[in-house]
Amino acid sequence: MTVMTLSKALNAGLRKALEDDPKVLVMGEDVGKLGGVFRVTDGLQKDFGEDRVVDTPLAESGIIGTAIGLALRGYRPVCEIQFDGFVFPAFNQIVSQLAKMRLRSLGQLIVPVTIRIPCGGGIGAVEHHSESPEALFAHTAGLRVVACANSTDAYAMIQQSVRSDDPVIFFEPKRRYWDKAEVDPAADLAAALPLDRARVVLDGTDVTLLCYGPMVRTCVESAVAARADGRSVEVIDLRSLSPLDMETICGSVQRTGRCVVAHEAAITGGLGAEIAARITEECFYQLESPVLRVGGFSTPYPPSRLEDHYLPDLDRVLDAVDRTFTV
Amino acid sequence: MTVNADGAVTAPGAPAGLDGPTGRRTETIQLLTPEGERIEHPDYPLDLTTGEVKDLYRDLVLVRRIDTEAIALQRQGELGIWASLLGQEAAQVGSGRALGPRDMAFPTYREHGVAWCRGLDPTRLLELFRGVSNGGWDPAAHKFHLYTIVIGSQTLHATGYAMGIQRDGAVGEDGEAVIVYFGDGATSQGDVNEAFVWASVFNAPVVFFCQNNQWAISEPLERQSRIPLYQRASGFGFPGVRVDGNDVLACLAVTRKAMQAAREGQGPMLIEAFTYRMGAHTTTDDPTRYRLASELEAWKLKDPIERVKAYLVRTGSADAAFFEGVDAEADQLGGRVRQACLEMPDPEPLSIFENVYAEPNTLLDAEREQYAAYLDSFEGEEAR
Repeated sequence: MTVMTLSKALNAGLRKALEDDPKVLVMGEDVGKLGGVFRVTDGLQKDFGEDRVVDTPLAESGIIGTAIGLALRGYRPVCEIQFDGFVFPAFNQIVSQLAKMRLRSLGQLIVPVTIRIPCGGGIGAVEHHSESPEALFAHTAGLRVVACANSTDAYAMIQQSVRSDDPVIFFEPKRRYWDKAEVDPAADLAAALPLDRARVVLDGTDVTLLCYGPMVRTCVESAVAARADGRSVEVIDLRSLSPLDMETICGSVQRTGRCVVAHEAAITGGLGAEIAARITEECFYQLESPVLRVGGFSTPYPPSRLEDHYLPDLDRVLDAVDRTFTV
Repeated sequence: MTVNADGAVTAPGAPAGLDGPTGRRTETIQLLTPEGERIEHPDYPLDLTTGEVKDLYRDLVLVRRIDTEAIALQRQGELGIWASLLGQEAAQVGSGRALGPRDMAFPTYREHGVAWCRGLDPTRLLELFRGVSNGGWDPAAHKFHLYTIVIGSQTLHATGYAMGIQRDGAVGEDGEAVIVYFGDGATSQGDVNEAFVWASVFNAPVVFFCQNNQWAISEPLERQSRIPLYQRASGFGFPGVRVDGNDVLACLAVTRKAMQAAREGQGPMLIEAFTYRMGAHTTTDDPTRYRLASELEAWKLKDPIERVKAYLVRTGSADAAFFEGVDAEADQLGGRVRQACLEMPDPEPLSIFENVYAEPNTLLDAEREQYAAYLDSFEGEEAR
C-alpha cells in the first residue's frame, strides 16, 4: 500500500496501462513535456517516448478525431481534455462519431478511446474551468461515463477504462486532485470493483445519499455531521454514471426509504433527475418521501467569488437530508 | 469574381489564368482531353495498356449504372434517399484504382465508385440509404471505412489512422498510406482544417482527396473559398495539386504519385479533383432552384465516360462489341442491385439494442428485456 494523491494515482494507473499494453497511447494538450496542467501525465513522455505520449496541436476536435482513427488502427488512446469547458469543440467527434462507430459497423469495430476530463469547480478558476458536463455524455448512447472520487478508485478505474472495448468518458474531480488515499499497486485489477458498479462508501439506515466525483467527500462529511444529530446516512459513490448501477441504488433506497442525490452540475436535466425518476419507477412503494436533489443552480457556473454559493456544501446537503424527513 | 471554364477564379481586372487574390497561376493536371485526346504531362507519366484503359472504362460505366439504379430505387420508394455520384465517376475510379491493397480509404457518403474499386459489393451500400443499417460493412475487409455523413469528420479519423501506420512502422519502402475523401463544402469545416494541421505537423501518410464538384447543396464554391482549394495546402505546409476530376487517367496518375509519396514517408498531400456534380445533391434536392441549366450543359461536354470512349474509339482500341458487352454487364449489375434491394430484409426489432456497446451494458440489457416482454405480450394477436 502506498499513500498517493488522486493526481499521482491517475499517473500511476496510466503508467501501468502504458506498461501493460504497447497499444496504449496518451494524447492531449501539454501532456508531454509539461506533464499536464494538473501533472497527471507527469514523466510519462520521458519514459514512453513522444510516439506514445503525444503533445497534440491545440484543437480538441482534432484530439478526439485522430484518437478515433488511431483506435481504428488498433490503438487504445487515452485523451486528455484540459478542462471540462473545453470539451465542446470535440462534442461532434464524441457524440456523432466515437459513440456511434460501433453500431455503424454492426459490431465489427471497437473504438476503445478513453477521454479524461478534469471537471467541477471549487478552485477559484475563470470561466469554462469549473463545469460539470457529465449529463450530456450520460445522455449519449454508446458511451460509458464514469467519475472517480478518490485515489484508490482512480488507480483502478483509469486502467479499467483503458481496457474497456467501449469508449469511456472519465471525469476527474479537479478540486480533489491533491486529496490522498491508499493505493495498492500490486493489487490484481481483475479483483477490483467492476467499472459499472457503485460503491457504498458509508453504511446507513435512515436515508440514502447518492453522489459522485468531487461531491463524495462533501457527502461523507455531511453524513458524519448528520450522525451527530442521530441520523444514519448511507453514502453511495455512483462511480458509473452510464450505465447507472440501479441494483445498488435501489437496494439501498428500498431499505432506507429516503434518498438525496447530490452533484455539482445544474439540477435541471442533470443526473439527479434521471436517478430520481428511476427510483420513483422502481422503489415507489418503499419511499417515505420524495427523492430530493441538491446541486448547482440552473445558471451558468458563476464567477469564482460566488462559487461557494453554487457548489453544494456540507450544509446544503444536510439541509436536503433534513427535508426528506419533513416533506 | 468569376470562375471560368477551367476553373480558375479571376477577380475583375486580373490577367486571365491567374487566381485573383493570390495572383498565382492555376494549373490543372490533365492527361485526357474531353475530346478523348491523350496528352502527356512531364510530372505525371502514365503508361497503361489498352486493356487497363478498357478496365477503367468498364469501371466508370458500371459505377454509373449502380448510381442510376439506386436513383430509380429511391424514386420507387425502395430507398429513403440516395446521394448520386453522377459526373464524379472519373475522380472516384481514378483515385480508387490508384490505391494498393493495403492502403486505407475513408469515404464520405457519395464514394460509391471508390467502394466499387475497393471490391465492396455495391448492394451493401444500399443498407444505409434503405434504412436497414447505418453502414454495416467490415471496413477492414476491403480497407474501406464506413460512410461518414457529418461533413468532414472522417478527415480526422483518416489522419489518426495514418498516425497509427507511422506507429506501426509501416511507412517507407513497401509502406501503407491513407486516402480520405471530402468535398468543396467540407473545406470550410474546422475538422478538415484541424486534419490538415495534424497531418502536417506529424507528417502523416495521408492523401486528402477533395472532389470539388462546385456545389455544396445550393452553395457555390465562392461561398467556401476565395482561392483555388488546392492552394490551401501551402498554408498548412504540404503540397497541393489540382487535377481534372473528369479525367480518369489524370486522377489515377496524380493519386498514384501522392499515395506513393505518402507511403514513402514524404507526408500528406492535397489533391483537388476539379469536377462537377451533374445530378442533385441527393434525391431530395432540386438543383433547378439554384443553378442554371447552361452550366450543366457545359459540363456534360466534359463527361468523364464519354472522353474515355472517344479515346478508345479514336485509337481503334475498342470495337462496338466491347462497348455493347460493357453495357450488357452494366444492365446485369443494375438488375442484381435492384434484386438485392428488394430482397433486403428489415432488421429484427430487438436488434436495435445490439452493437451499441462492445461489452455487456446493464441499462440496455434491462431495456431489451422490457421491450421483448412488451412485444411478446402481443403474441397470438394479429400482427400489427
